[in-house]
Amino acid sequence: MTVLRFTNEHEWISFDNGTATVGITDYAAHQLGDIVFIELPEIGKSLAKGGQAAVVESVKAASEVYSPASGTVTAINQAIADQPGQVNESPEGEGWFYKMSLSTPGELSGLMDKDAYEAYLKTLDH
Amino acid sequence: MRFLPLTDADRADMLKAIGAASVEDLFCDVPASARQKGPLPLPEGLSEMEVERRLSTMASRNLTPGDVPCFLGAGAYRHHIPAAIDQLLLRGEFLTAYTPYQPEVSQGTLQYLFEFQTQVAMITGMEVANASLYDGATASAEAALMAARVTKRDKILLSGGLHPHYREVTATQARFTHLKVEALAPDPFGIEDLMGRIDAQTACVIVQLPGFFGHLKDYSALAKTCEAQGALLVVAVTEPVALGLIKPPGAMGADIVIGDGASLGVGLNFGGPGLGLMAVREKYVRQMPGRLIGETVDADGKRGWVLTLSTREQHIRREKATSNICTNSGLCALAFSMHMTFLGEAGFTNLAKLNHARAVQLAERLGALKGVKVLAGSFFNEFAVQLPKPATPVVEAMAARRILAGVPVSRFYPSWPELENVMLIAATETVTDEDMDALIEGLQGVLS
Amino acid sequence: MSMNSFTGNRALVIEEPLIFEQGEPQRSGVDLPQAPEIADRLGGLERQGAIGLPGLAEPECVRHYTRLSQKNFGIDTGFYPLGSCTMKHNPRLNEKAARLPGFSGVHPLQPASTVQGALEAISLLGRWLMDLTGMPAIAMSPAAGAHGELCGLMAIRAAHEDRGDARQIVLVPESAHGTNPATATLCGYQVVSIPANEKGRVDLAALKAKLDNKVAALMLTNPNTCGLFESEILEIASAVKAAGAYFYCDGANFNAIVGRVKVADLGIDAMHINLHKTFSTPHGGGGPGAGPVVLSERLKAYAPVPFVRTGENGLELVEHCLGDGEKSFGRMKGFHGQFGVMIRSLAYILSMGGNGLWQASSDAVLNANYLLARLSVELTPSFPDGPCMHEALFDDRFLKDTGVTTLDFAKAMIDEGFHPMTMYFPLVVHGALLMEPTETESKQTLDLYVDTLLSLARKAKAGGAADDFKAAPRMTPRRRLDETRAARSPVLRWKASE
Repeated sequence: MTVLRFTNEHEWISFDNGTATVGITDYAAHQLGDIVFIELPEIGKSLAKGGQAAVVESVKAASEVYSPASGTVTAINQAIADQPGQVNESPEGEGWFYKMSLSTPGELSGLMDKDAYEAYLKTLDH
Repeated sequence: MRFLPLTDADRADMLKAIGAASVEDLFCDVPASARQKGPLPLPEGLSEMEVERRLSTMASRNLTPGDVPCFLGAGAYRHHIPAAIDQLLLRGEFLTAYTPYQPEVSQGTLQYLFEFQTQVAMITGMEVANASLYDGATASAEAALMAARVTKRDKILLSGGLHPHYREVTATQARFTHLKVEALAPDPFGIEDLMGRIDAQTACVIVQLPGFFGHLKDYSALAKTCEAQGALLVVAVTEPVALGLIKPPGAMGADIVIGDGASLGVGLNFGGPGLGLMAVREKYVRQMPGRLIGETVDADGKRGWVLTLSTREQHIRREKATSNICTNSGLCALAFSMHMTFLGEAGFTNLAKLNHARAVQLAERLGALKGVKVLAGSFFNEFAVQLPKPATPVVEAMAARRILAGVPVSRFYPSWPELENVMLIAATETVTDEDMDALIEGLQGVLS
Repeated sequence: MSMNSFTGNRALVIEEPLIFEQGEPQRSGVDLPQAPEIADRLGGLERQGAIGLPGLAEPECVRHYTRLSQKNFGIDTGFYPLGSCTMKHNPRLNEKAARLPGFSGVHPLQPASTVQGALEAISLLGRWLMDLTGMPAIAMSPAAGAHGELCGLMAIRAAHEDRGDARQIVLVPESAHGTNPATATLCGYQVVSIPANEKGRVDLAALKAKLDNKVAALMLTNPNTCGLFESEILEIASAVKAAGAYFYCDGANFNAIVGRVKVADLGIDAMHINLHKTFSTPHGGGGPGAGPVVLSERLKAYAPVPFVRTGENGLELVEHCLGDGEKSFGRMKGFHGQFGVMIRSLAYILSMGGNGLWQASSDAVLNANYLLARLSVELTPSFPDGPCMHEALFDDRFLKDTGVTTLDFAKAMIDEGFHPMTMYFPLVVHGALLMEPTETESKQTLDLYVDTLLSLARKAKAGGAADDFKAAPRMTPRRRLDETRAARSPVLRWKASE
């Protein structure tokens, strides 16, 4: 069964049978505006929970993407590096950033589920 | 005061609108102890006529190249600048504009900078260039930092044929960051071995073309060694006119070309402002410092230009920016670009040929002087000569004869006694036969 | 009536292709004497093949640049209230002075005996900048504001290291210009941000909480980027000093306080002065500027080379610090600094004199407060509880629910013949609009500007105008440009088509 979780920094992580997929949320993609450049981590890189994993740039802003969990990068989405606009079109689908094998799956329990994340968004000043 | 339009009546009306009794009230947040008490320790303001008189007197105390023969180079070269350039530079729409943050009303600045980027890329043989840095020396420090970002290494190897100011500024920058500089000894004979010093920690090697002492070297083999070791080759050009005649660094395999463009359009100005040039391979562009202009279209689909890839820069990236540079050398870039445009391919090539021919004539005449030895076998418009006595007093004695004969290398390297007799001497298109006659005659007197 | 012409030109606004799309390779705008015949000494390093530069005759070149100039807005064109940029009038006497052959034509490496006038110019400007600030030392070589910041922080770091006290942190307020944190990084420091209080000033308690023996310096802009004087600056300075740190002041906004505030009495250790702002030299589309740095007694010994001093034979240039006791941090710029810019500022100070400079800062502050007072009728000032200094800060609350953004509002100003203010900076207020009128604008200009902005604000608030604002500007040589396209697939140079 797929587990979907969210961070305060607007990353999502879906976890299924030992492999997790990470991306940025629809809210984050909307806040950034047109994304023009994405710097993805290298395959094989080990990431700590909360550590910098990627960089997303719009014309007027550069934002870091923090890893929602600890583990090792196993795949990256080259398509979004070539066509960054895909993240604006489908941030929580085809616009995923990287896949990772988790070293500490228990970390996910500290993250928000869909309902909690939506409630969290309502608390933010738009 | 002629620059201030407000009248006392205006000031009174405005204070009333503000609801303040006096201008003093507007400074109420300034602690009383820090306010200026009494008049400023500065003279009274002067009329335009008086200022001009005062500054003309000051300027007349300098010996001006052109009024007297001048053979000085060492990173600053005297060239003829077409009359139209300065007149165009004075157009207020160029002169009094800010950085082109509002592209709809800055297409003039943006287009000339795009043309400038293209010209710099073309003459250096590189893929892309930025819209300028401060000067060649600071561009060298920026190149070292950039190479460290690209390679994730920290050793910077500086050639002994690199301009000493470039070396010093790079070393200063390194001292305050994680970079480690290894500077080779000054190399008047052009014989240093750089290749053996490149290793797995080397971020970049910085060399110069033509070299500080004049030598022309093909850095293609060095570029290959750098590539094999994963280091970058940075080539500095202090005299861009040379690129009208010699093989460009890009064709040798340079990864980054830096330099100073003041030779074209800008002029000497006692050495400042300069015009920092930087051109790189396109794959490194996101690690490049400085502003970049890019092509795009407007809401009506018409071609236009904007500042782009700004996320590299301080106003967005703050402490993670590629550099802290903000104001650069915009108007100098325009002067350079105009001069290149006026010259065109034929003019630029002919200018370079004329410079080289003048320098060859000078080398032949100097080489015939007793005790004088030209140190560089190949050169463009400048070379080092070994004199039979220390260069500094020779240059001073020549200046007393109203001839600016050359630059003593000891001015840059006072701790190197073996360089005491070495002088740099340059000949550009501005040097006449009479200038050369005066130089040779003067040296015969001073050296005897 | 159709607005389309056959050529695409619109009267004085003429479409102009790139130079690479014009000309012939053999044409040139420069005639040169024939090069004498020689045997070359290039050592086999001749260029192979053409560079690809276009060739244009002089009249074509002149027209090209004249047309480009007509697509630009400068101070000479109209009101340019760009906040924190001090877009004041650039006197033409400055230009004439800098072009005196005795200044513009001198080579940087002439013997000192032949450049006494040039050295006097540097020395005199330095003297007056020290007198204006009350500071005991100055470094003249920094090339611009950010370069001046670097000079100050390098001196600070050299001073700490000299005492064997390696510190790691530089404190920077949230409202700071991006160059401040970027400079701290270039100097090898970590940046720690300090918050502002509700009055737009540094939160003194928060600052004190972060001051410890790891902090090397505080970088503070004063007047700050909200256009306000840091009223607790003396307390800030003594707290910084008590922690063994240095106080760097970003002098970008010096124009507000020239002749009115003695910088030395604020407890500052280093401050750069943007000659291209406060001292009227042109911005030139992005430079060149100059950023001399005044230094306190504590930092004096660490100043960079070169510097001018009086020696036995008149003025001399010290280019190396080789003695045992020498502490200079070294060289940070080729040759001797932005000499041509210094001459322009010298001409300006000579023209203004002490009284004129005092009147200029007074008028600059008066003009800004006039904008603040009159615009507050429709716009929302961020800090309405007191006077501002030389610039007035508004935020976008007045545009709430109108569908018009700060950007749209600024673009609409362009069609009215004004250059926009600084937008979205400082970051501490939402949708910032930062306006700096300077002292060289008349009341008539300010009144027309205010009336225009009030009318635009009313139009936005009346509703239904969002699309109209979003379509602005309409009358410019180009309308809004697609920055996303430029960044997604960068085209950074012209290339010959295949």
